[in-house]
Amino acid sequence: MILLFLSSGLFLGWSLGANDAANIFGTAVATRMVRFRAAAITGGIFIAIGAVVSGGGPAATLGKLGAVNALGGSFMVALAAALAVLWMTRAGLPVSVSQAIVGGIIGWNLFTGSATDVSALITIVTTWVVCPVLSAAIAALLFLAVRGVMARSRIHILELDAGTRLGLLVAGAFGAYALGANNVANVMGVFVPAFPETSVRLFGVIHVSTSQQLFLVGGLAIAAGMYTYSKRVMMTVGRGLFKLSPVAALIVVLAESIVLFVFASESLQSWLVARGLPPIPLVPVSSSQAVIGAVIGIALVKGGKNMRIGLLGRIGAGWVATPAVAGVVAFLGLFFLQNVFGLTVHRPVPYALSEPVLERLAEEGVAEVALEELRGSRYPSARSLRSALDGIETLDADEARAVFEYGRVERFEIDPAGIEALDPTLLTPRQIEAVKALAWQTFEHRWMLHEALERKSSDWSVLPESEDSHFWNRRLVRNLAYVADAFRVDAASH
Amino acid sequence: MRTLFAKSRILESKIDEFLDHTSAVSLLFLEAVRDYLNGRDAEFESRRQQVSDLEKEADRLRLDVERQLYAETLIPESRGDVLGLLEHTDEVINNVKSALMQLSVEKPRIPDDLGERYVELADYCTRAVGELVSGVRCFLRNAVTVADCVHKVTFWEGEADKVAERLKRQIFEMEIDLCERLQLGSFVAHIDAVADMAQDVADRLTISAIKRSI
Repeated sequence: MILLFLSSGLFLGWSLGANDAANIFGTAVATRMVRFRAAAITGGIFIAIGAVVSGGGPAATLGKLGAVNALGGSFMVALAAALAVLWMTRAGLPVSVSQAIVGGIIGWNLFTGSATDVSALITIVTTWVVCPVLSAAIAALLFLAVRGVMARSRIHILELDAGTRLGLLVAGAFGAYALGANNVANVMGVFVPAFPETSVRLFGVIHVSTSQQLFLVGGLAIAAGMYTYSKRVMMTVGRGLFKLSPVAALIVVLAESIVLFVFASESLQSWLVARGLPPIPLVPVSSSQAVIGAVIGIALVKGGKNMRIGLLGRIGAGWVATPAVAGVVAFLGLFFLQNVFGLTVHRPVPYALSEPVLERLAEEGVAEVALEELRGSRYPSARSLRSALDGIETLDADEARAVFEYGRVERFEIDPAGIEALDPTLLTPRQIEAVKALAWQTFEHRWMLHEALERKSSDWSVLPESEDSHFWNRRLVRNLAYVADAFRVDAASH
Repeated sequence: MRTLFAKSRILESKIDEFLDHTSAVSLLFLEAVRDYLNGRDAEFESRRQQVSDLEKEADRLRLDVERQLYAETLIPESRGDVLGLLEHTDEVINNVKSALMQLSVEKPRIPDDLGERYVELADYCTRAVGELVSGVRCFLRNAVTVADCVHKVTFWEGEADKVAERLKRQIFEMEIDLCERLQLGSFVAHIDAVADMAQDVADRLTISAIKRSI
C-alpha cells in the first residue's frame, strides 16, 4: 500500500529526472562531448548523493508551508504536481516541479483547513524570482572572467576542447548533486511528515533517518528518469543551448548548479549566519528557469542581441499558473480520494488553548487578552481553530501562526522500551540520560516535551546563533524530531 | 585526464606541422622563382621537387587531422571551420605547386626587364601566405588577434594585385608575339593566384574567428 501511495512521488521524480537532467548534461550529450551512458551514470550517482546528503534543507522549508500528514494526501499532492507539470509542458510554458508542488501543498492546506505559513510562502515565491536573476548574475560574472582568462592564456582550441569536455563532466556531476539536493524535496518532501518512522542504523554507526531513506528513493527515481528518458530531451535542450558555444554552455551549467546548490546548502547557510550575513533560504527552485536566467545573463554581457524577452513573460506566467493549476487539481483530487474512495487524506490535528499554552504564547508576545475568550477551549482540527481565530481581529498573522504552533496537540509517552531503542550514534549520552529521566511521563505538546528535556540537560538547549552553534542547533532540531517521533502516540485515541 | 590532453597535443603538433609545411612551401616558391629567373635550372627543379614532397606530406597530415577530428568528435562546434581552413590552406600549397609545375613544363622565356617584377610579385605572395599562416595559428590559440594577421594578408594581396596589373600592362605593351604575351600574362595570373587564395582563406578566417569568440 505504501508503494502505491509513493507511486505518484516516484512518477514525479522520474519526470523531473527525464526533464531536468537535460539542463545539466544536455549540451555535453547533444554534442557528443560526453557519452550519454557516462552522463547518465555520473548524474544518477550524484543526484542520489545530493538527495540523501543535502535534501533536508529545502524539504524543511516545504514542510513549513504545510505538513501533509496522511499518505493519501501526500499521494494526491504529488500526483497533482505531476499532472500540472504534464499539462503545462504541453501548453509550452517553462514549467517547474518546484512551483507545482507548492501549489499542491496549498491545495491540501485549503482542503483540510490547515494554515498556510504566509511568511514561508513569501520566502518561497521570492526565491523563484531571485533564482533566474541570481543565475543571470553568476553566469555574467563567470562569462567575463572566462573570456578574460581565455584572451590572456592563448589556450589552443584543442586543449580548450579537452578542458571543456572535462569541465562539462565535472560541472554536470556538481549540477546533478545540486539538483538532487535542491529538488528531491519536490519529489519526496510531501511524504516525509506522513511516512511511518523507519530510521535505521547502518553498520552500527551511520544513522539513516526516514526522510533520508525517502530522499534516496526519490533520488533513485530522478536518476531512473534521467537514465531511461532524458536522452531525447537532452538532444533538444542541448542543441538549443549549444548555439552559445561549449564554453558558454559550460558556464550556463555551472551557474545553474551554483544557484541550485546555494538554495540547498545548509553548510553555506551556517557560514553566512556565522558571519552575521542574512541566511539564504533553502528552497526548491527550478533548474530550467536557472538555465534561462544564465543564458540571459550571458546574452546581456554580449550586448543583449537575439534575446527572447518574451520568454521572461512566460516564466512569470508559469510562477502564477503552475501552482494555481496544481492547487486546483490537488483540491479536487483530495475531494475524490476522500469522498469517493474513502481514503484518509488528512489526519485531523487537534488543538488546545489550555492554561500552559496561553502562558507559553504570552512568553512569545501573544497578548493573553486577545485569546481570553478562547481560554481552555479545544479544537478537533486546524479548520475549527482557524474559524475561532478568524473572529479575533487583534491577532495578526504571526501571532496566529504561534497559536497553531504551540496549541497543536500531540501526545508523547516516554515508554522505557522506546528509551532502550534510542540511537546512541544520533543522540549524545546526556541527551539520552535526559530522556531516561522522563520515563513514564506524558506530554500533550511538543514544546512541553522539549522544555522538560531542557530542564533535565543543557544538551537539549538551543544555543545563541553563531558558526559553531548553528550546526549544534540544527542537530538539536533533528534530534528533537527523532525523539518526538519515537514517543508519539496517536492523540486522537486519547 | 592526461590521455585527454595528450591526444590533443599530438593533434596540435600535426596541425602545427601542416602550417610549417605551408610556410616552407611559400618560402621555397619565392626562391624557386628567383632560381628560374636567374637560370639556375637544377636548383629550381630541386626546390620544385621539395614543394611537391611537402604538398604530399601536407595532404597526409590534413587527412590525418580530419579523420581524427571526426573519429573522436573533437571541437564539434569549430570542426567545420578548422577543417575548412586546413583544406583551403592546402589549396594555397596546391596553387604554388601548380605554378612551379607550369614554369617547369612550359619554360617561358622571361625578358630581363620583367624579372624583377616577377620576383616582386612572388615576394608579395609569399608575405601574404606567411601572414595567413600566422593568422591560422592565432585562430587556433587566440581568436582576438586574428584580425591583425588578416589585415596584413589583405595588404600584401593588394600589393600583389597592383604589381600583377602593372606587369600585365608592361607585357602587353611589349613588341613580342601575342602568344608569348599571353603565356607571360598567364604566369602573372598563376603567381598572383597564390596571394588571391591566401586572401580567400583569410576571409574565411575572419568569419571563423567571430564564430569562435565565446
